Amino acid sequence: MKLTGAEIIWECLQKEGVDVVFGYPGGAILPTYDAMTKYPKIHHVLVRHEQGATHMADGYARASGKVGVAIATSGPGATNMVTGIATAMLDSSPIVCITGQVGSKAIGTDAFQETDVTGVTLPITKHNYLVTKPGDIARAIREAFYIAQSGRPGPVLVDITKDAQQLTTEFDWEAAAPRLPGYRPSYHAPASEFARAAELINAAKRPLILAGQGIIKSGTTAEVLKLAKTAGIPITTTLLGIGAIPASSEFNLGMMGMHGEAWVNQAIQQADLLIALGMRFDDRVTGNLKTYALNAKKIHVDIDPTEINKNVPVDVALIGDLREVLSVIQPQVKKAGHAEWWATINARRGDAAVRDIQSLPDSGHLYAAHVINDLWRLTQKRDTIVVTDVGQHQMWEAQYYRHEKPRSLITSGGLGTMGFALPAAIGAKFACPDKDVWVVVGDGGFQMTSCELATAEQEGIKVNVAIINNAFLGMVRQWQEFFYDKRYAATPMTGPDFVKLAEAYRLKGLRCNKRGDVKSTVEQALAAKGTVVIDFAVEKEDSVFPMVPAGADLDKMIRRPKQDVLLESGSDQDWEMPAAPDRTVSNGKHKPAKTTRPAGVSRKPGRAVAPKRAKAGR
Amino acid sequence: MAKHTLIAYVEDVPGVLNRVASLFRRRNFNIDSLTVGRTEQPGVSRLTVVVDATEAGARIVEANLYKLVNVLRVDDLTHKPSLYRELGLVKVRVTAQTRSEVLQLTDVFRARVVDVDEATIVIEVTGTPEKIGKFELVLKPYGIVEIVRTGAVAMARGHEPLSSAPPLVRTAPEDCHPDAASLSMSV
Repeated sequence: MKLTGAEIIWECLQKEGVDVVFGYPGGAILPTYDAMTKYPKIHHVLVRHEQGATHMADGYARASGKVGVAIATSGPGATNMVTGIATAMLDSSPIVCITGQVGSKAIGTDAFQETDVTGVTLPITKHNYLVTKPGDIARAIREAFYIAQSGRPGPVLVDITKDAQQLTTEFDWEAAAPRLPGYRPSYHAPASEFARAAELINAAKRPLILAGQGIIKSGTTAEVLKLAKTAGIPITTTLLGIGAIPASSEFNLGMMGMHGEAWVNQAIQQADLLIALGMRFDDRVTGNLKTYALNAKKIHVDIDPTEINKNVPVDVALIGDLREVLSVIQPQVKKAGHAEWWATINARRGDAAVRDIQSLPDSGHLYAAHVINDLWRLTQKRDTIVVTDVGQHQMWEAQYYRHEKPRSLITSGGLGTMGFALPAAIGAKFACPDKDVWVVVGDGGFQMTSCELATAEQEGIKVNVAIINNAFLGMVRQWQEFFYDKRYAATPMTGPDFVKLAEAYRLKGLRCNKRGDVKSTVEQALAAKGTVVIDFAVEKEDSVFPMVPAGADLDKMIRRPKQDVLLESGSDQDWEMPAAPDRTVSNGKHKPAKTTRPAGVSRKPGRAVAPKRAKAGR
Repeated sequence: MAKHTLIAYVEDVPGVLNRVASLFRRRNFNIDSLTVGRTEQPGVSRLTVVVDATEAGARIVEANLYKLVNVLRVDDLTHKPSLYRELGLVKVRVTAQTRSEVLQLTDVFRARVVDVDEATIVIEVTGTPEKIGKFELVLKPYGIVEIVRTGAVAMARGHEPLSSAPPLVRTAPEDCHPDAASLSMSV
């Protein structure tokens, strides 16, 4: 079958099962856009900025597990994709980016809108291609899809010259099968290593599972829980591992790392065995490497051999697919309970719960943590995906929104890309049109990509945007408060009237500045038809606790100052608490912090004392 | 830190050298030398990379090289009996008085003269990188005009083939490669 290069692109996308692409046209990709009209089965989403296209493809990929596709033109179109590609790279998200390139004869002449895109994206793609002949297009795209989703997933870019799109050639799908003699996506650890790993697990007194995104990517939630149950091992998750283990599971201690739960970080430092599953010992997770988990032997399971011993030297490395590794190791693991170890951890949990913001009265203030926790209470019974941006709200979301299912939290973890949330949420909505998609975003990050509201409006899709608006670049402000003597250089920030902004895009805008209004506001948003933007005007100078300062020992946390009054405020009492499943089946190990009342502190009903709340962080 | 010599077989496609060089920059590996040339197999080039790294660091370099899609095979020759050769061209200043001394040194180093004019001699020297370094040192007092070195190439001694499959990789679970245990990167 004779086809133009442009038609071959669409044929290949169709054969790869692509139903939606996110893109922006331009000169060098025009032949492809012209051919698009012949392929109505693939829906094209016109973005407002190419960065948005890559984030949408990324959000689509993370929500669905399939490959997301983004299309842009040469030069500025392609360079605008760079942030999105790097985001997908660091979070191992499978996306394929197709970019137009100037004609093959013009390459190297500094032609109009020419950029060496394969050169620019070389360090931030898993692999990339420059295609100058129509006959090479099919194979490049097939290989791109194969590479993007196999092994450790990642972004692949295919740069196709304009003449390659225009010229005609024979299209043979079968002949274009991937030929990648140097590509090794699958590994199998030797049996001796499994035996050593099992020996360590069976001998451990204080074991801990570090659950990463690999569990979500390999779909092994049940297998990991089985291992934890058999050997009585508590589990803690990374930021990207949230959702891998249900928050309500008695084995799930919560998140580790810089803003992880205090008891988790203490447990890591005390453990005698860390079993790292599909995580990579990022510096946000380890703190000071010199003092990290010195008491622990380490077993590292990862699909990517370059992660082994990269940051933390390990005792046993099991390189391979998590499903395969767990199936081999499970029968070799002996039953255990580790009651003493659990008791140690649980004792600390009670202590930390006292400091928890959920135990704090709001005293008429609107705290971001309360907003997010309330959002969880109101949306937990619906099938919800939350997409967060980067900063304080991201950490509060990780702490106070309880995720029960894999792929229910999408966030930029590795690269920490502000502006990620809204476009990624649009992508996630296309992947899961039947689910509710919530964007939790700061006022800073939202302003970076808020133009994509127009995309949501044009596509007629519904995402609910909760702007956690503190009129600051909050996380940077927090660092300035803690480490730079409160010199707030360039962090106070104004923004537009977000309600009017939403309305300008013909969308619904809502504002909320009282805790008592959170519920009705969220309910209004859920009831509204299209995309809704909510401006939550929260406390300006609140901080995320606990916090391990960058490079500090993992258990040297800055803690929220202890409050002297632990009364619930009036608005707290107004809360109609939906019966969450985890509250009723709890065995006491993980009672929500809010219900934990330390001994000796009596509740005095009727006296809703509004305590002078110590300013966070002091 | 010590010198590690890695041999990488790569697909001879445009940009492959760029990928290797970019990898070293990105991962902050310290390249001592990098040479590339064709092999007996069409479409396959051979890289000799000398890196300054700890033993664990060298394993990470190796794993990262493997991760490149165009890299077919990597061998670490550091701990295997191997031959190392480098070629250098040294242009050295000579006078009527020093010419014979320089020629004598050339002889001692089993190097050979490839060009002579009234004021300089160009000498071609091959050997280990250390030998070339030493040759440079002894010629320095005469005045070196310019010097060019190719960087080391290396080859294992003996008739045993190098690993046919990369370490860590088995095509089937029972097919355990002999290299796999030693190179499983466990401490």
